[in-house]
Amino acid sequence: MPFIPHTQEDVQSMLSTIGVESLDALFDEIPTTLRSAPPRLPPPLKEMAISRLMRERAGKEGGALAFLGAGAYEHHIPAAVWEIAGRGEFYSAYTPYQAEASQGTLQLLYEYQTMIAGLTGMDLSNASLYDGASATAEAVLMAVRCSQKQGGCVGIPATVNPRVVATIRTLVSQLGIELVEIESCPLTGAVDWQRLAGYPQRDWLALLIPQPNYFGVLEEVDALTNWGHAQGALVIGVVNPLSLGVLKPPGEWGEKGADLVCGEGQPLGIPLSSGGPYLGFLACQTQWTRQLPGRIVGRTEDRRGQVGFVLTLQAREQHIRRAKATSNICTNQGLMTVAATLYLALLGPTGLARVATACHHNSKQLQEKLTGIVGVEKGYDGPFFHEFVLQLARPVESVLAGLFDRGIIGGLALASDRLLVCCTETKTEQDRDRYAQALEDVMKESGG
Amino acid sequence: MRGERVIFEEGQPGRTNHQHAPDSASLKDLPPTLLRSTPPPLPEVSELQVVRHYTRLSQKNFSIDTHFYPLGSCTMKYNPRACHVLAMLPGFLNRHPLEPDQTGQGVLSSLFELQEMLAEITGMAAVSLSPMAGAQGEFAGVAMIGAYHRQRGDVERVEMLVPDAAHGTNPATASLCGFRVREIATQATGDLDLDSLREAVGPQTAGLMLTNPSTLGLFEREVETIIDIVHQAGGLLYYDGANLNAITGRARPGDMGFDAIHINVHKTFSTPHGGGGPGAGPVGVSKRLQPFLPVPMVGCQRDAAGKNHFAWVGARERPQTIGQLSAFMGNIGVLLRAYVYLRMVGGDGMRRVADHATLNANYLMARLTEAGFTAAFANRRASHEFILTLKPEMDRFGVSALDFAKRLLDYGFYAPTIYFPLLVPECLLIEPTETESKEELDRFIAAMVAIRSEAMENPALLKEAPHHVPVPGGGLGRLDETRAARKPDLIWKKRD
Repeated sequence: MPFIPHTQEDVQSMLSTIGVESLDALFDEIPTTLRSAPPRLPPPLKEMAISRLMRERAGKEGGALAFLGAGAYEHHIPAAVWEIAGRGEFYSAYTPYQAEASQGTLQLLYEYQTMIAGLTGMDLSNASLYDGASATAEAVLMAVRCSQKQGGCVGIPATVNPRVVATIRTLVSQLGIELVEIESCPLTGAVDWQRLAGYPQRDWLALLIPQPNYFGVLEEVDALTNWGHAQGALVIGVVNPLSLGVLKPPGEWGEKGADLVCGEGQPLGIPLSSGGPYLGFLACQTQWTRQLPGRIVGRTEDRRGQVGFVLTLQAREQHIRRAKATSNICTNQGLMTVAATLYLALLGPTGLARVATACHHNSKQLQEKLTGIVGVEKGYDGPFFHEFVLQLARPVESVLAGLFDRGIIGGLALASDRLLVCCTETKTEQDRDRYAQALEDVMKESGG
Repeated sequence: MRGERVIFEEGQPGRTNHQHAPDSASLKDLPPTLLRSTPPPLPEVSELQVVRHYTRLSQKNFSIDTHFYPLGSCTMKYNPRACHVLAMLPGFLNRHPLEPDQTGQGVLSSLFELQEMLAEITGMAAVSLSPMAGAQGEFAGVAMIGAYHRQRGDVERVEMLVPDAAHGTNPATASLCGFRVREIATQATGDLDLDSLREAVGPQTAGLMLTNPSTLGLFEREVETIIDIVHQAGGLLYYDGANLNAITGRARPGDMGFDAIHINVHKTFSTPHGGGGPGAGPVGVSKRLQPFLPVPMVGCQRDAAGKNHFAWVGARERPQTIGQLSAFMGNIGVLLRAYVYLRMVGGDGMRRVADHATLNANYLMARLTEAGFTAAFANRRASHEFILTLKPEMDRFGVSALDFAKRLLDYGFYAPTIYFPLLVPECLLIEPTETESKEELDRFIAAMVAIRSEAMENPALLKEAPHHVPVPGGGLGRLDETRAARKPDLIWKKRD
């Protein structure tokens, strides 16, 4: 029996200890009308057979040279990251309720919280959330709690990733919070803060500021933060943590800094895996500590003064507060946090800055190459991090199909004539040349 | 083992892992006002320092791979290594979520089959895999119930009924979905109080959230009546799948009449708990809730040649959906592990899972009560878990459930869930799971008995426990949680 250690003798002796005749008798409290046959599933496979099946299926996956980003990014993951994260002591432990028997996970989470707070320029971070999109929704809910206002609205620029916005809508729609879109400038691809002055007066609870934004473009975060604060809104930075190797941390945006910072932690050592599991992070300034959702680890001592770590501030959480909790979240994203912590420790300040710089450099090089092709123009003028929009003189879908035939996924179609292209440190000059050559061929072909 | 310093204390300025740092390039085309003025405050350590530090930290954890972990309500069973290795194949790991469906037929076909298998196991009409955790599955289920009532113009249904024994996530989820929470009492027998339920239902009732077997480790014997009462009042039934491991292959929530359920794949389907995530919380529904399922789901179309083509199905094809719950497609890596597990175990195997999980729990309960412990529901059959109350030990020796729990750590056992459910004083909620051998259970029983003797002779030994964690001969005493909450120290700062 797979993974069940009992011998026939074990079962018999255990049943007699319990005082029943058979395994069936253990279910005698289930009404007879509800008892079911075993489910009809495919016949069980031995490990050898399932290995063969999964290897065949994995062999069909991917294979193309992909220039996709849009919220999930390919990066080199040092071998040590998953060698350590895959250790059974991390992999098969649970939420560290018994602190003394969970010091490994707890100290690691404390180090993670320190790294995220340091990267974002915030005072503290929680121990992670499910993914960047749900973390952003949690940040919106948190901002509403912090504001202590009834009514009011949350400003979401059109430059925020639409998948994140859709998730926010699902998760906060039940509570009647008004989400107001803030338009972006068609030339720069960023929010034009000078036009915000002309916006109708509203009771703003919170303002999201993406950096870099969905189009890869860098927002004028200082001016936007100051505008948000002038309206009495809490400012929520939605950032790519890897970019913070070189970009200004949200804690330093504008005069007062962002209030909350969240985002997708996937770039920090987590594989693309067709979309998950990833890692949401959420950090804030001290005054909002008790509104922060999710697990938080704190440092404390035992009676002899030895340092140790525990889950703390649990009075915010569902298992204590029930219907009045800050969130219904029960777990964090434990194992992904292990990976992100290892990634950040292995790269260090210099490594992270160099990866971020290489991403920018490579995408800049690629953009220059591609916009040299006839019928390919820059989509926006604004400065960008490692993604950019192209304006194509041919239908994007046919261009992408042509590129795919050449083993390249050229980016994500944003519209019939617009393409979002990403280029990280993983794409060599040879890869970029291959893309440029293929695009040139395809543009000629679909022009013919 | 000496205390492990935090990683920041191991660093030296200027120490760089060149192996992971691409050659330097320029940022000079970017406006300086958008850039950092100082490097990010990360540790500067060598690769060996990182590997050694985190390997040592890992050794300070109890885990299923190293210890019996009878944490009630969490189903801490063995996580087969094959599930991990096969879900981590490079083909699966390296595929971007926005690649065309044609590059993902391997993963999509596996997920499609998983949807079908979970529907069959639970008896529900359809399943969506997209929720990223049990609590998110609960959110999806309750949001679908809300959407159903709204679509019918039934807008007065603002109240969600929740048993007082329920997991904290139930009332928290109902609030998050905009419902008022009303608690339903539990009888002394452990069954839900039907009078209290009849009194509570009415035109304001949106639904009832029920865990079955309940958090008391008991099958809800009147479940058919409960479901009738709520349905007749116009409410829908939500099944919290936390305890599905107890009945898989023996009974199905769909047959009981539930309208929505979530499944914790990190419990019943053996995906790892990872120190607290990532999990996955697929939701299943009855026919009437099918249009509201969260997206994306996986669809399958057969072409003229009889070949299957699998594709993501989104809001465009499913306009009544409650929406998406993550930026992409949920925790696919976790779901692949569940798929591999189910293919190895099969349908009869899933019944054997419930059988042996239940056998182990009832065996432990019988032996421990024989040894003088008090079961909270001694006259009931345990499901896959059961509750001991240490109230007698508290009264006689002055030792609490917490003291017992901490002393168990010294004996090399992770502690059962304590002080949950809230209804039973000084309780231990014990869930052995089917993957533990009789020998391991016997060792646990021996430890419990020994600790009870210690409580009689030297209660201080319990009150000051643990003494030998994480390793014999050294380690931490009981950590001061009050101090941690009163003076929060949440990030490391350089100390003089």
